[in-house]
Amino acid sequence: MTTTQDTTTPKEKTSGVTYTPEDGLLLEVEDLYVEFHTPDGIATAINGVSFDLHQGESLAILGESGSGKSVTAQAIMGILDMPPAVIPGGHIRYCGQDLLSMPEDQRRRTRGPEVSMIFQDALSSLNPVFPVGWQIAEMFRMHRGVNKSDALQQAIRLMERVQIPAARDRVKAYPHQFSGGMRQRIMIAMAIALDPAVLIADEPTTALDVTVQAQIMALLEELQQERQMGLILITHDLGVVADVADRIAVMYAGRFVEKADVVELYSAPAHPYTRGLLESIPRLDQKGQTLAAIGGLPPNLMRIPPGCPFNPRCRRAEDVCRRDRPELREVVPGRLAACHFAEEVINA
Amino acid sequence: MPEVILSAQDLVKHYPIRSGVLRRVAGQVKAVDGVSFDLHKGETLGIVGESGCGKSTLGRLLMRLEEPTSGKVIFGGEDWSGASGRKLRQMRRNIQIVFQDPYTSLNPRMTVGDIVGEPLEIHSDVVPKGGRRKRVQELLDLVGLNPEHINRYPHQFSGGQRQRIGIARGIALNPSVLVCDEPVSALDVSVQAQVVNLMEKLQDELGLAYVFIAHDLSVVRHISDRVGVMYLGRMAELGEEDEVYSRPTHPYTQALLSAVPVPDPTLRGKRDQIVLQGDVPSPANPPSGCRFHTRCWKAQEVCTIDEPELEMRPDGVGAHLSRCHFAEPRLILETVDVSDVEPDTRFAGTEVQDMSDLGSGLGAAGGGEDLGSSAADAGVERSSALHPDTDQAPQDTTRLVDEQPGDDRPTR
Ligand SMILES: Nc1ncnc2c1ncn2[C@@H]1O[C@H](COP(=O)(O)OP(=O)(O)OP(=O)(O)O)[C@@H](O)[C@H]1O
Ligand SMILES: Nc1ncnc2c1ncn2[C@@H]1O[C@H](COP(=O)(O)OP(=O)(O)OP(=O)(O)O)[C@@H](O)[C@H]1O
Ligand code: SF4
Ligand code: SF4
Ligand SMILES: [Mg+2]
Ligand SMILES: [Mg+2]
Repeated sequence: MTTTQDTTTPKEKTSGVTYTPEDGLLLEVEDLYVEFHTPDGIATAINGVSFDLHQGESLAILGESGSGKSVTAQAIMGILDMPPAVIPGGHIRYCGQDLLSMPEDQRRRTRGPEVSMIFQDALSSLNPVFPVGWQIAEMFRMHRGVNKSDALQQAIRLMERVQIPAARDRVKAYPHQFSGGMRQRIMIAMAIALDPAVLIADEPTTALDVTVQAQIMALLEELQQERQMGLILITHDLGVVADVADRIAVMYAGRFVEKADVVELYSAPAHPYTRGLLESIPRLDQKGQTLAAIGGLPPNLMRIPPGCPFNPRCRRAEDVCRRDRPELREVVPGRLAACHFAEEVINA
Repeated sequence: MPEVILSAQDLVKHYPIRSGVLRRVAGQVKAVDGVSFDLHKGETLGIVGESGCGKSTLGRLLMRLEEPTSGKVIFGGEDWSGASGRKLRQMRRNIQIVFQDPYTSLNPRMTVGDIVGEPLEIHSDVVPKGGRRKRVQELLDLVGLNPEHINRYPHQFSGGQRQRIGIARGIALNPSVLVCDEPVSALDVSVQAQVVNLMEKLQDELGLAYVFIAHDLSVVRHISDRVGVMYLGRMAELGEEDEVYSRPTHPYTQALLSAVPVPDPTLRGKRDQIVLQGDVPSPANPPSGCRFHTRCWKAQEVCTIDEPELEMRPDGVGAHLSRCHFAEPRLILETVDVSDVEPDTRFAGTEVQDMSDLGSGLGAAGGGEDLGSSAADAGVERSSALHPDTDQAPQDTTRLVDEQPGDDRPTR
């Protein structure tokens, strides 16, 4: 058992179980479905999502509000409220072991320290009635069996690592005594405390000013490099993705409509929705831009249109789009898109 | 340059901080602390700055929704600072406001027709009673909403549509100035572009001048002719869009610009990155001298003592207003002029018409549950997370205004 968390590798954990990623493959999500059974009907929030995540890799999941980004993360973390959520199909494998088919206690032991998450809203995910240092220290005590004063020392070291000024003096401060940016740093500290192999960051900077956003993203990137974590960055911001991610998966109505290397996707999007997004955002480095807005709205998840879910908003749509659902397929090597006319789009 | 229509002169707004059982005044939040600018006819002035720098307060002062602690608002050459009663009403007719949060700024129990038509009821001389419904339908059409939806309620619309309703109401009286406080911040990117395009169209057609308040520097660049950068209640830099974005001279502007992510992965690692240390100080206790000195990498001793004036300082090409002792231009990122580039509309459109009736399942049934799962509510949630300490603003602006006697502005 090790207590110096800076040197722990993802393989050594107090649970005694060791997980070794094969070829660096940490996480595999395969054909995942999530439904919400509500009094008004069944909302299909996730509709067959698959992806892999390797050590040291950062994958961005990009999508507009309601597209299913957080639900995907919650399914991986096992924190969906069931009911109303139901997972009618799919696999989530961590180092080859299917989390969804494990008994609950084993799942918790695995997922707990190995996969961790930073939530969209830092304030509501910190406990307001306990000092932040205590909250971090408690994680070391519970998961690592460290004694109280060592745990507090480790908490201070971690707060310093995430650049909380005067960490030693602030270890007894309460969440409300920190600014939004600091609270987000504390969330990051808690998320990396147990040296997870996978870190999921759900809109980690959405509520923050740009200058603070830049600090937080730089910190996350640095920590990821340092610890070779697999990072899943959930965001709606195409700018943040361009700055941070290696790969990107674009989500629309609970499906991935496009998956690609970031540089390739930005230079030649293969799906009309991705293309539309890129053309509808104003760019800081351009003047005189005409914004090509995407008309309409994302579909109601209880009534996803037949055929291609994007067809009511797509200018390229034809009869086949209203009839047949395009599968996510390889358009050119390494480029996946779910569009009947992806070849045309990518070459446009 | 066209004539000045609205001008802020040394506007100040201090809010008392009360503490203790006796609620004694323990200090002042200097929300807006000496802001001046001119707004010209038909132009867009963007106001940017980080959370809490005083943007919304400035908007409310311009509308006279709040009394300034000191300073003046001049509209059409006349000082409206002390105006009340009839004079104030007349002014309010010419300056309207659109709020950030399209959900809470619309009365949920009123139909869209009532909401958009309310200013016409208050200023009853503008359109005779019999013609008001028609005028409301015209307005809905103008902002790209289906005029047949006049009897629907706000919850039956998405966030983007609600923002259109807010705009329709804002322009109902043919104002010459529209103050827009974060009008697109709560919207998803694809919908944001629809509303931005609509605002540009309306400006062209109606000759409106906008004060466009936002924290998103990219959106502000896109829509603005001139831009003011605020820091702790003061204007740090003010100039033409090009001057501020291509030749910023104030360190704060430079830092802000360098922090904005640009959707181009080929620029990664190649951009001029200025990482600011620390957080914005409290507006109750702003730093001495230059307010930015606690975070400025160029700060010298003089900066902690003497506050620099907002004055014309050379920017390499010409000069524009900047409040820094050591102002000098710094290229943060190369600007590409794409005015001649036609957008590719084969896959996405440029229409300002709202197309959400097309199959989104929203228009037809129009029940609240339709929206429960869509962009709108989550967007609203996000916006309130973004702006935790605002929303002191009255929910409704023109409702503050009662009867409206004669006015010489013609209606369309
Ligand atoms: N507990 C729940 N009950 C019913 N529906 C839910 C529940 N949680 C999520 N949903 C629905 O699932 C869909 C996907 O939600 P999700 O939170 O994943 O969106 P998101 O992509 O994270 O959006 P945002 O950018 O707004 O965070 C939404 O339509 C949402 O309304
Ligand atoms: N009614 C009020 N009473 C006391 N303080 C106030 C009041 N309204 C605003 N403030 C304070 O004044 C400062 C400026 O607030 P304002 O809402 O104008 O900022 P803003 O630039 O609009 O910020 P944001 O980007 O978050 O909307 C903040 O510190 C705020 O807390
Ligand atoms: S499949 Fe058809 S409707 Fe769907 S994105 Fe492609 S062209 Fe558009
Ligand atoms: S005056 Fe001094 S502290 Fe202020 S912005 Fe200029 S260099 Fe920085
Ligand atoms: Mg989410
Ligand atoms: Mg505000």
